[in-house]
Amino acid sequence: MTVRKNQAALTTDEKRRFVDAVLELKRSGRYDAFVTTHNAFILGDTDHGERTGHRSPSFLPWHRRFLLEFERALQEVDASVALPYWDWTADRSLRSSLWAPDFLGGTGRSLDGQVMDGPFATRAGKWQITVRVDGRTFLRRSLGTAVRELPTRAEVESVLAMPTYDMAPWNSASDGFRNHLEGWRGVNLHNRVHVWVGGHMATGASPNDPVFWLHHAYIDKLWAEWQRRHPGSGYLPAAGTPDVVDLNETMKPWNDTRPADLLDHTPHYTFDTD
Amino acid sequence: MPELSRRQALTTVAALATAAGVAAAPATAAPAAAGGHHDPHSPAPFDEVYRGRRIQGRPATGGHAHHGAGYAVHIDGVELHLMRNADGTWISVVSHYDPVPTPRAAARAAVDELRGAALLPFPAN
Repeated sequence: MTVRKNQAALTTDEKRRFVDAVLELKRSGRYDAFVTTHNAFILGDTDHGERTGHRSPSFLPWHRRFLLEFERALQEVDASVALPYWDWTADRSLRSSLWAPDFLGGTGRSLDGQVMDGPFATRAGKWQITVRVDGRTFLRRSLGTAVRELPTRAEVESVLAMPTYDMAPWNSASDGFRNHLEGWRGVNLHNRVHVWVGGHMATGASPNDPVFWLHHAYIDKLWAEWQRRHPGSGYLPAAGTPDVVDLNETMKPWNDTRPADLLDHTPHYTFDTD
Repeated sequence: MPELSRRQALTTVAALATAAGVAAAPATAAPAAAGGHHDPHSPAPFDEVYRGRRIQGRPATGGHAHHGAGYAVHIDGVELHLMRNADGTWISVVSHYDPVPTPRAAARAAVDELRGAALLPFPAN
């Protein structure tokens, strides 16, 4: 059974296995397919048109399925690997072990944002950016510059307290838990973390930075925490909503899974805190 | 004009921009309005050099060109994928999670982010 752990609690061996599996997916070309898929949905999801992966109720189940696909790909390389999560309310410093050279490497240099250490630095020779929006082929970050502070636990609590999953108009203008977690409205949780990391994480091709998976694994965990806190609240909308994935409609690009199939994470994995 | 493919439209716009320079922006805005796809609330065109890069914005040609953004921005002649949020703010593909008030602000944010690097054309729909 897959147990998703807090990245801060990983052993040296677990970090090495995770990094090696990611690098192998990159080498084989499978990694970049995930970047391409994500960017396609970023470009295609619009507030007044069809929206599936982002700015819509299915933001959470879509990313749950997306992460499951990625985790299964990792496990085909090394069956012992699970996706770790990054609790950015706790590990909120550039000095976090997350950014050490034995894990994800640190921030980019000021000249061009290039990450210079760790396994994903371009000079380590195993991480060229191929799915990209500009000419640069090196991984970039600018930790804590575009926005100074990561969200706090108190801000997370204020969003987890919201009893309604999502609300009309089911987009970036919505009130409710999903849009406050996604960050288009209110204290801004998920979006702000992308901005805080900077570089590729600030773009539509954000999965180019492996921290993408650790960030979304924590967003996914917050969805599970919300469900536990509001057992009487369910996914919305229930049916008949144009351009929006209702509870029992299938989601692109898989077309074989509905939000209803993804509400319970425990058939697929558990968290170290479950 | 509505039948014009996105690629053709971009080629035409690029050619006009090259030939006519600054005057190209208002000239290319007119067909979009005539085609019936122009959003009356769309921001005005702009054309400036920002930190050494030429940034241009104009109401978009072709109804589906940017899945409803209704507005196109170019950096040194290469299109920057742009999106309008429901509250009227804007984001681009290089600064996707950080809304700004106008397309010009999105173009400037992209120039800041690029730090001199060339923008690549985004894949055709």
